[in-house]
Order: sequence, then structure tokens, then C-alpha cells
Amino acid sequence: MDGVRSWFGFVLDNRSGILERTIEHATIVLGVMLAATLFSVLLGIVVQNRAAAKQLSLSTAGVLLTIPSLALFAIFIPLVGIGNRPAQIALFLYAILPILRNTVTGLDAVDPAVVEAARGMGMGQTQQLLRVRIPLAWPVIIAGVRVSTQLITGVAAIAVLVGGGGLGSYIQRGLTSLGNPFSIERVWTGTVFIILLALSLDLVLGAIGRRTTSPGLR
Amino acid sequence: MSEMTTDSMGATDATDAIDAMDAGPAGMVSDRDPTDAPVMIHLDGVEKIYTPGADPAVEKLTLDIHKGEILVLVGPSGCGKSTTLRLINRMIEPTSGRIIFDGEDVTDIDPNELRRRIGYVIQRIGLFPHQTIAENVGTVPRLLGWDAKRTRTRTDELLDLVGLDPSEYRDRYPKELSGGQAQRVGVARALAADPPVMLMDEPFGAVDPITRDRLQNEFLRLQAEVQKTIVFVTHDIDEAVKMGDRIAILRERSIVAQLDTPARILAYPVDDFVDDFIGSGSTLKGLHFERVSGLDIPEYPVVRRDTSREDARRLLEASDNRWLLLLDERGRPARWLNDTHLADTSRPLHEIGPVVRALVERNATLHDALEAMITSSAGQAVIVERDGTYAGVVQIELLTEVIGRMRQEARKHYERLEAAQESGASSSGSGA
Repeated sequence: MDGVRSWFGFVLDNRSGILERTIEHATIVLGVMLAATLFSVLLGIVVQNRAAAKQLSLSTAGVLLTIPSLALFAIFIPLVGIGNRPAQIALFLYAILPILRNTVTGLDAVDPAVVEAARGMGMGQTQQLLRVRIPLAWPVIIAGVRVSTQLITGVAAIAVLVGGGGLGSYIQRGLTSLGNPFSIERVWTGTVFIILLALSLDLVLGAIGRRTTSPGLR
Repeated sequence: MSEMTTDSMGATDATDAIDAMDAGPAGMVSDRDPTDAPVMIHLDGVEKIYTPGADPAVEKLTLDIHKGEILVLVGPSGCGKSTTLRLINRMIEPTSGRIIFDGEDVTDIDPNELRRRIGYVIQRIGLFPHQTIAENVGTVPRLLGWDAKRTRTRTDELLDLVGLDPSEYRDRYPKELSGGQAQRVGVARALAADPPVMLMDEPFGAVDPITRDRLQNEFLRLQAEVQKTIVFVTHDIDEAVKMGDRIAILRERSIVAQLDTPARILAYPVDDFVDDFIGSGSTLKGLHFERVSGLDIPEYPVVRRDTSREDARRLLEASDNRWLLLLDERGRPARWLNDTHLADTSRPLHEIGPVVRALVERNATLHDALEAMITSSAGQAVIVERDGTYAGVVQIELLTEVIGRMRQEARKHYERLEAAQESGASSSGSGA
């Protein structure tokens, strides 16, 4: 109980710093997610009906996800220096697979009869995609975005190791000062607020998903 | 005894096959030949070869589809009927040949533009699940750039036309519809921009038989109103007979085995393939195409309630029939009487003898009449006017004569056709 009380004390004393770090963290995550969503959905659309390209891109994205995050973050330092940049690139690569896979799955799952009808009524490729296929695949795509966002929010804690900001800095300072006052409270602060951030982002995305999904698909 | 004579009996319009109650007044049914109308779609040697060197899926098909007719393509599975249909709106691009649409060569125009001018209904319907019924129906108008108000007016009109109350269904989603309702919306969607031509690929294939029957009837009624040129694919000969103004029976590679009105195909299959395909019972099916009103009904002995037993017996003896028909005070058929009944004096005549149940109206088909006859205790069906008063009696001999005549007429038709072909004039498509 003492631990919890002292943690709340720490949080209250550092609330402006925590808020700042949380916003920083959220900014990194949102920026990365925006880019990764655009990229992965477009890639998914392009490869969806090309078997070889589909396989290749999914495997590649899968491999990317298996690279240890610490290494992946470091790999980009020689290329783009330290700071948020290498972290963003690494997070971007992690975020691809769930969105790409869901985009492909979602598009695959569109009833061929619906596409046949769209084509038979004189819709061109682009119209079929924008008016029919994407809207139908949308709930699945947005689910992929949610998974990626969760993933990225957690992994982004490592950004601090390559010179980036965010809530990871609490965890790092806590770990490097173990035994000193407030070291454990710092670790908990970073962890708890990352979880809270991840949950809030998921709630927001969930709400966006519901609002942008046709009632006919629910 | 029954003399079949003068009346022309060539009613062959497939709309005859609708329930009798849907049909127009007797005598209105047509002698119209679907091929009298101008050609709407002309397929000129259209061919589809998927693998060079292999057998074509559709072999050099030349076919005229006339304005306002329902042409049914029917054949065993794999005969290429669906491929043929999809060649018309270029869902499948022909390998060679030309497609002439209302006088215009559309073989090389933008396929999307062509498809917006052709309604397309498929078995699995393919409604857009993320759009409301109104949005679904308004698809082609939106593609054509109609404004919202015009699209909405048209959408409501079409929902009305297919029997779905717009105020109730407009804002619903496809998942809330039954199979039959979804197919109605599919038809409305295909009709949205008022295309002159509709292509229908087994449109009623995925619904239960009762719903299918209803959808078919509704569609025929709708077609009588909108008068589209329709190419309709099915593998079901009964559906073909019911829906088609003309039927093209296709064998493998989409080669036309016989192309004619349903009545003539049923009466005179040109070869064993067609005969096998239309299967047994073609004579019975043919009875759908003749109406009671077209029969020359002979006199039949009738008695009224005030007729004495003596007179009745004399009347029965004088006729070749085994039964007298007793009419009630308002002239409606009441009971059948034979000599046993006439001999039974225990009760008045109008209380003995089997009650007349087998009644048909004049615009009933001979099939209806036959059905009534079979269920009748006297083995004959009574024709009544709309108000239920007696008009005549149909007997089995009359049907036998009609069937014979239908066969003979069809045979003569083909003999004429052959003679014409031999004399050099080639009539492409029909016969083999």
C-alpha cells in the first residue's frame, strides 16, 4: 500500500512532465500510424489480386516484425542519426504487417458476386475499389489499424534508447537508477501511462471504426 | 362429336403461362410473333476461345434478339449459356465477332459505358451490403450523374414497381431482406436507369420454389409493363417455357440446337438432343400455351331446376354424354346427373348427383382445364363466365384434338422452314 501511495504522490508531483511525455508519445505513435496506415492499405490494394506480390509482401512484413526491436531501432541510427527519426522508422516497419494483412484479408473477403454486380453496372476499377471494395473491407482494415496501434504504443517505449522522447524515458530513468528514490515509481509511471494511452487510442479508433462503418455491415 | 374448326389457336406468348387470373381478357392473348419486332441486339459470329487451339467456349454464334422479347438461353450446365450472356455486355471480351446494340457496333466502345445501358441481374444478386436499398437501386443513375432528387424519385418509383413499399424499405440494408425481397431489389437496381436491355443470369435460381414461382409471375407482369428486351439464362426448361417469348436451346460450345417459341419447341423438338432436354411431359407443358377461350366448344346437355325428370332423361338419351349438367336458379353449374341419379326419386334432382367443382374461366389455360377435368367426378371441366354462370363443358377429346393440331402446325412450320432453306434462303439459328 505504501508503494501505491508513494506512486500516486510521484505522479501528482510530476503531472505536467508526465502529460508532456504522454503527448510526445502519442504524437510519435499517431504520426507513425498515419504513415503506416496509408502505406499498408495502398500496398494491400496493389498486391491483393497478385498472388506472388501478396505472398512476398506479407512475408517481408512478417520478417520485419521478428527483428528484435532494440536492433531495429539501432539499425537506422547510422542512416538518420539519433532522436525520434530512427524510432519512427522502426515503428513504421512494425506497424505494417497487421494493417497489410487485414487489408488483404478484408479485400479477399468481399463477395465476388458484389464485385461482379458492380462491374456489370459499369463501374470502373477505381469506382469498384472506392465505392464497393474498400467500404466492405473497412471494418477489417480498421481492426488491423487498432492492433498496430496497440503494438506500436508499447514498442515506442524503446524510442528513448535511440534518443527519442516519450513515456519510455520514465522507464529508462527508473531502470538506470534502481535503488535510488522513486526509481520503481518511474518504471511504473512509464508502464501505466503507456497502457492508458494504448487503451485510449484503441477506444478512439474503435469509435472512429464504428462511425465509418456502414450500419449495413454491423 | 366435338368439331374443332375455324378459330385460330396460335397463342404462343409466354405471358400466357402466368396464372390465369393475371392474364388479360380472353382473346387478347397474342398471335404476336416476337421476331416481328426490330432487332435490338445482333450477335454476329461472336466467339470466345479461352485457350488458343482448344475448343471454343462459345463457337461462332449468330443470334438476333428482338425488341421487347424475352429470349431464354437454356441448356445443360457447361454449354456456354452464361458465357454467351456475359459476352453481350462484354463482362467477357469476345475473341472474335461483332456485337451490334440497337444498330450501333459496340464491340470496341468503353465496356463500362455499354454496361450502364444494359441492366444486369445475376443469381447471387450482389447487392451492396454497405448501402441502403435506395443507394443500391440508385447505383447506375449516380454513375450516370443524375442529381439526387431525380435519383430518389426514380428509386421510389422502382421500389413501388417491384412491390416494395419505398417508405418502408428505402433506408433498410440488404441484410434485413429475405431472399425474394433481395432479388426484387436486384431487379429494381438493374432497371434503375431505364436500360432498353436486361441480361438475367439465372436470376431466380437461388430462391425456394414457391418464392421463385412468385418472382417469375411478378417479373412477367413487370415485363408486360416495361417491355424490355431481355436475355434470360436458365438451366431449367420449365422456367424457360414459362418465361420465354422464344427459347434458344443450346448444346455444348453454345451451339443453338433449336430456337423458337416455347409452344413450337414443345410440340416439335427438332432432334433427339432437344427432345431429351425438354424431357417428358412436353405435351402437358404445351397445354399452358392454349386457352379455353380458343376452343370451339360443342353443345352440352344442361337441365335447370324446373326441368322434369322425364325431359331430363330424354335429353340424356338423345346425347352421347353420360352426364347431364344441372344449373341452379342463377344459371350456375350445380350438379352432375347420370341415369342412376335420374332414377333416384327419393330426393329432388338438385339434391342428388355429385356437386360440380371443376370450374374454369374462359381465360384459363388448357393445362388448368385438364387439371380440373382430372379432379372432376364426371371427368370433364365446366367453363364459367366471370360471374360464375355456365358457358360450356370441356372434354378430354377436345384436348386430344388440340394437341394433335399443335403438333401438326409446328411440323408444318418446320417443313416450310426447311423448304425455304433448301431453296437457298438461309435462316440462321433455327433448326439444325
